[in-house]
Amino acid sequence: MDNLGPRFILEFPGGIKLTESVVSMWIVMAVLIVFFLIFVRNLEKVPKGMQNLIEVIVDTTYNQTSLVMGPNMQGFAPYIGTLFLFLLCGNFLGLIGMRPITSDVNTTFALATITFLLIHFFSIKNKGIAGYVKHLSNPSIIMLPINILGELAFPLSLSFRLFGNITGGVIILTLVYSALGSLSSIIHLPIPLLDLLIPIPLNAFFDAFEGILQAFIFTMLTMTFISMGYEKNEEH
Amino acid sequence: MQGITGLSLVLAFSALGAGVAMISAVGIGIGQGFAAGKAVESIARQPEAQGAILRTFFIGAAVAETTGIFAFIVAIVLLFANPLVKLLG
Repeated sequence: MDNLGPRFILEFPGGIKLTESVVSMWIVMAVLIVFFLIFVRNLEKVPKGMQNLIEVIVDTTYNQTSLVMGPNMQGFAPYIGTLFLFLLCGNFLGLIGMRPITSDVNTTFALATITFLLIHFFSIKNKGIAGYVKHLSNPSIIMLPINILGELAFPLSLSFRLFGNITGGVIILTLVYSALGSLSSIIHLPIPLLDLLIPIPLNAFFDAFEGILQAFIFTMLTMTFISMGYEKNEEH
Repeated sequence: MQGITGLSLVLAFSALGAGVAMISAVGIGIGQGFAAGKAVESIARQPEAQGAILRTFFIGAAVAETTGIFAFIVAIVLLFANPLVKLLG
């Protein structure tokens, strides 16, 4: 079962290798970009058709961002919305038979690194270097190394949460599909007919429900931690 | 102990270790069940706050899941990408 880690599918001369996750990611990006470019071309004052859906997506993103992060932080809404839609489509790849891009730890770790850099960039920008160091050595200066370790563990736990949930679903689905395939070859079916309807509840749970839930949780934790870094120094 | 190579010993104990690592799932079960019970209680007390309570519950459940996810990563590394096999040479 080679579901884990990068899987190289193309190699260019010069030693540049392309992994499956990167190619799937380009497909997801192309689908999202084309979808939005097509439907925002001629916007009208009174929305009709797909413009309603686009307006709901944008409106919900801005509302959630101002609800969770505060009304003065709506500048983050484009990034948050993009992250959510990208993770959602990436998790849904399992439904059409591809490997979800988030079942590769490199993808999730890259996204968690972006979140980590955003948190610390805006924390330093907001508090200044001195305030940032004071925030890290919170009760006293002795706690500084422990706090730094805690901050460094955050992207690790964020990326492993997404990766572990999606990979667990992928492993269980692979086991179920191969078990049903060998069962149908035992009872001499010419094609694996048992694969047809039985795994649908599992697909609905692990690909659809877990995909939505984990994309939501990743963006929600990103929002919460960015706005926590933004807060003024609390007095203790 | 004849017929047992070093490789098979390492593989056998890696499989056992993967099983033992997943014992930590007990902790997530207790924690998430507790959180879900409290969420149901507070929704029953204040049904109009259902959206905010559900959102907080999902985030709390996801954070409580972290230790179990770490154990799961250890288990799948032991099963599918075993670093101990490479040590045998």
